[in-house]
Amino acid sequence: MSGLRGLLAEFAGADDVLAAARAARRAGYVALEVFSPYPVEGVAEALAFRSRLAWVTFIAGLLGGATIFLFQGWVHAIDWHLDIGGRRSFAAPAFIVPTFEITILSAALATVFAMFVKNGLPRLHHPLFAIPAFERASQDRFFLFIGADDPRFAESAARAFLESLAPLEVHDVPR
Amino acid sequence: MAQYQDELDPITGRKELVDGANVTFHDVTEAVARPIEVPSSRWWIAFIPSVMLLGVYLISIAYLLYMGTGIWGLNNPVAWGWAIVNFVFWVGIGHAGTLISAILFLFRQKWRTSINRAAEAMTIFAVICALQFPTFHTGRPWFIYWPLPLPNQMEMWPNFRSPLLWDVFAVSTYFTVSLLFWYVGLIPDLATMRDRAKTPIRRFAYGLFALGWRGSTRHWLNYEKAYMILAGLSTPLVLSVHTIVSFDFAVSQLPGWHTTIFPPYFVAGAIFSGFAMVLTLLLPLRAWFKLEHIITIKHLENMAKIILLTGTMVGYAYAMEFFIAWYSGNPYESFAFQNRLFGDYWWAYWIMVSCNVITPQFFWIKRIRRSVVWLFILSIFVNIGMWFERFVITVTSLHHDFLPSSWDYYSPTVWDVSTLVGSFGLFFTLFCLFVRYLPTVAIGEVKSVMSIANPHYHGDGAHGERH
Repeated sequence: MSGLRGLLAEFAGADDVLAAARAARRAGYVALEVFSPYPVEGVAEALAFRSRLAWVTFIAGLLGGATIFLFQGWVHAIDWHLDIGGRRSFAAPAFIVPTFEITILSAALATVFAMFVKNGLPRLHHPLFAIPAFERASQDRFFLFIGADDPRFAESAARAFLESLAPLEVHDVPR
Repeated sequence: MAQYQDELDPITGRKELVDGANVTFHDVTEAVARPIEVPSSRWWIAFIPSVMLLGVYLISIAYLLYMGTGIWGLNNPVAWGWAIVNFVFWVGIGHAGTLISAILFLFRQKWRTSINRAAEAMTIFAVICALQFPTFHTGRPWFIYWPLPLPNQMEMWPNFRSPLLWDVFAVSTYFTVSLLFWYVGLIPDLATMRDRAKTPIRRFAYGLFALGWRGSTRHWLNYEKAYMILAGLSTPLVLSVHTIVSFDFAVSQLPGWHTTIFPPYFVAGAIFSGFAMVLTLLLPLRAWFKLEHIITIKHLENMAKIILLTGTMVGYAYAMEFFIAWYSGNPYESFAFQNRLFGDYWWAYWIMVSCNVITPQFFWIKRIRRSVVWLFILSIFVNIGMWFERFVITVTSLHHDFLPSSWDYYSPTVWDVSTLVGSFGLFFTLFCLFVRYLPTVAIGEVKSVMSIANPHYHGDGAHGERH
């Protein structure tokens, strides 16, 4: 392996990068990644990526809600009996309100942090940031990346393949 | 009506969300990022008065802490005055932000993209203002941590059966989730600002908060999933928050408060007032920042339609309250509503009705819905009316209730006024800082709804189908 982390092809349009990603999959590459200023419809499907964040939300919400509901019951019915306004100790209807809020709070916090973990954020430095053209990935350019760790990756062949997709330019990503 | 012909998207046949032929992604980035990178000196014209009002607020709170809540015009029957009125008012303002960012997202309303950032910022700042009031309205604000269920040496717990405790859970959850939602939405735009930054300080500051966002497919996939889940969680949250705020009243035994209609009625009122505040803020913003092609007249028109819808729901609730007061056959309940119409506070009631019932009905007229001047004026009226709604509900029900020997009149003092006026200072100071340092429009999201973002835009000809 050379000193390359991979090759990065730059495109001007969303349709170009979508077609390029599909072509790269057909050509058998697997270490693929697309960079775009907004989520381009169809790219995730073309690269066969999936997200399982919804499970995190579900489990965290369930745990948070159950915990606060049981905690309130424990406070009023077990730990500290107080007759406040003649209401029963285990006032389930009243407990629903904090239960609802804490369910949402724990589900939301867990979802966001799971998203950060899944995306490897925060990561303030990344080799891609060393490429001057990559600045436009967050503005108006679209990039297809093939990693050097791909079993099919051979520098000259991969470069020729990317050139065949008619990009604006192919950039080397150093290690 | 040729003058109302909007441009249509060649693929979907719907109205174009960004005005102007051949607007590119670069143009959108420039339009939003320019005012931050090359700030106009006119910003100070808004910022300096805001900070002065913030000073008024800080002085009012300092004096309150020194002297006690007696500096306000509260009396024994009316122990909830302007502080609670302002609390409900500010929480209500916040609700439109979440409606725009979450509920319209679930309904796939693409017109939300150009207004959601500013509306979410408005939510957060309005909730910050709202949180001040329950804190300082307590006689001893230094014990404000007692409502939190923290293990302590006294082995005491809060009472989970009180709506005021539910408020603590509701509003702090609302603040946290809205802040997360807003921040998650900001990350891609912070990355854009980082990549455009010319100075090391900017690059560092935006880079730090952008967390190293690279816009990869994996990033976007998890981001979109998280965003949708947050929208799904925020929707019941926003409905529950104002519901719980309404429980502060509805759970009591008081005629005029003990009303089962309050939860949906308060939520409708909150969205009504919140949208009015969004208009009040966005109309100057789009003119000063030259964003008329991104926040177009179609966006404003849609907001006016939602104000019309929720305003009509509020009007219906007013009528239903009166019907039930009569239908209940309860003398206290009938008296409470007669008292609103003709009692000591008749003027407050009639200000409320004229602003909230009549104002939105103007939006049936297309010419008014599409007139920036009319929208601005009417949005101010709605804000005034909704403040009076909370005043009428709180004060008129309290000042005359069961025992005539406990009837009194409530007049605010100068400190009530200065706290309310000052809370606007807090709000506008935060909002000015937001427009100065953060992108006021969600750049990435606007790009994704432009017709050139559609992968079929070039390839399949002008009338291809979307799938």
